[in-house]
Amino acid sequence: MRVAIIDYGSGNLRSATKAFERAAREAGIAAEIDLTDRPERVASADRIVLPGVGAYADCRRGLDAVDGMTDALREAVGLAARPFLGICVGMQLMSSRGLEKTVTEGLGWISGDVALMEPDDPGLKIPQIGWNTLTLHSEHPLFSGIATGDGGLHAYFVHSYHLKAENPDDVIATVDYGGPMTAFVARDNKAGAQFHPEKSQALGLALITNFLRWKP
Amino acid sequence: MSLKARVIPCLDVKDGRVVKGVSFVNLVDAGDPVESAKAYDAAGADELCFLDITASSDNRDTIFDVVARTAEHCFMPLTVGGGVRSLADIRKLLLAGADKVSINSAAVKDPDFVAAAADKFGNQCIVVSIDSKKVSKDGEADRWEIFTHGGRQATGIDAVAFAEKMVERGAGELLLTSMDRDGQKGGYDIALTRTIADRVPVPVIASGGVGTLDHLVEGIRDGHATAVLAASIFHFGTYTVGEAKRYMADHGIAMRLD
Repeated sequence: MRVAIIDYGSGNLRSATKAFERAAREAGIAAEIDLTDRPERVASADRIVLPGVGAYADCRRGLDAVDGMTDALREAVGLAARPFLGICVGMQLMSSRGLEKTVTEGLGWISGDVALMEPDDPGLKIPQIGWNTLTLHSEHPLFSGIATGDGGLHAYFVHSYHLKAENPDDVIATVDYGGPMTAFVARDNKAGAQFHPEKSQALGLALITNFLRWKP
Repeated sequence: MSLKARVIPCLDVKDGRVVKGVSFVNLVDAGDPVESAKAYDAAGADELCFLDITASSDNRDTIFDVVARTAEHCFMPLTVGGGVRSLADIRKLLLAGADKVSINSAAVKDPDFVAAAADKFGNQCIVVSIDSKKVSKDGEADRWEIFTHGGRQATGIDAVAFAEKMVERGAGELLLTSMDRDGQKGGYDIALTRTIADRVPVPVIASGGVGTLDHLVEGIRDGHATAVLAASIFHFGTYTVGEAKRYMADHGIAMRLD
């Protein structure tokens, strides 16, 4: 199995690559982790990961700047329905639109806008930086065996914006930050984490392992 | 539940080696930052901070290798600071495996550099590190001033105004170090921490002066910081990160204990 991690000049790609390699090794899954900026490698990959750090518009621009990359994504993820995982801004790009700084069109896989978080408690800082637990709203294979809820495992977040999905069924997990904020979305073969699985220790490694085994 | 307070050990790294010894675990090589990072990772540190204090420009690249090797082994978030002066420096650190980069003197010299960095890499990975000293006299209203060059050089810049300006320019987080408290083990400058934390919308990390676990509790509870940074209490094995986090939890602070 070959897992393509898309390199489009955004984010901490090394830690994502290392985390996927470690998850595969520890679970005994034969997987080649292929950090690539070549659309044909993405189009032919068995699983695809879109990381992303920074502003929505910048990431979208970066993705578009790689000739043929969005087409490769539409082909492999949209048409061929291969398992896809978006991380942080990579997850946000799955939305219809991003409202950060300017209005930017997303990939349109999860209907809804990515908007600034507005916590009920004005004392809460933006960005949310640090560890928080998740509230699971429906079962999903990527959360198999992962303890969620107040006493559950923690995920590492660094974000100011979140995806306000139009269809509540797309929201698998939320995080409480002065009200529920979207933490994990999924639809068909596509999933996305607002938190950083590659930094989320036990929870992250379990989720990445589940992704490597996922048969949507 | 809620966002947890973070405990962040900080390692001073010079020419690729840890400067203050780490004595809390049986490390094969206590001077190797990667060995220390692994130990802190295993101990439950919420993030790790490397401060590169390499003086010679010949050895400046050693930090990239340290960061890359750390990212191979650790899955905790890593902030790297010291000598960050250009967008190219930031890109290299992020590519090596840093999650956040802290900017110190370059931010004092050119606040627009912070804006350019935040625009390029996103506010969330730009930490502005503010070193200040209390300059008001007893009986006067509290006033703090920015110092550079390891606390030797006064700048005349008001720390609170500077903090607000940095956030305006795009800093996603502030690392506040009290230079007069640093190394004194008498606790954080709570008035400084609280004044700035209450003034800015972004998270504040308290730093400088930790000697006991109560100081960590005070940083969050009284200083309104969302994270506490400490160096020597962990390096010299006075307390483990695990002990610190349990102590803070026992004192009513929401902590990640898994």
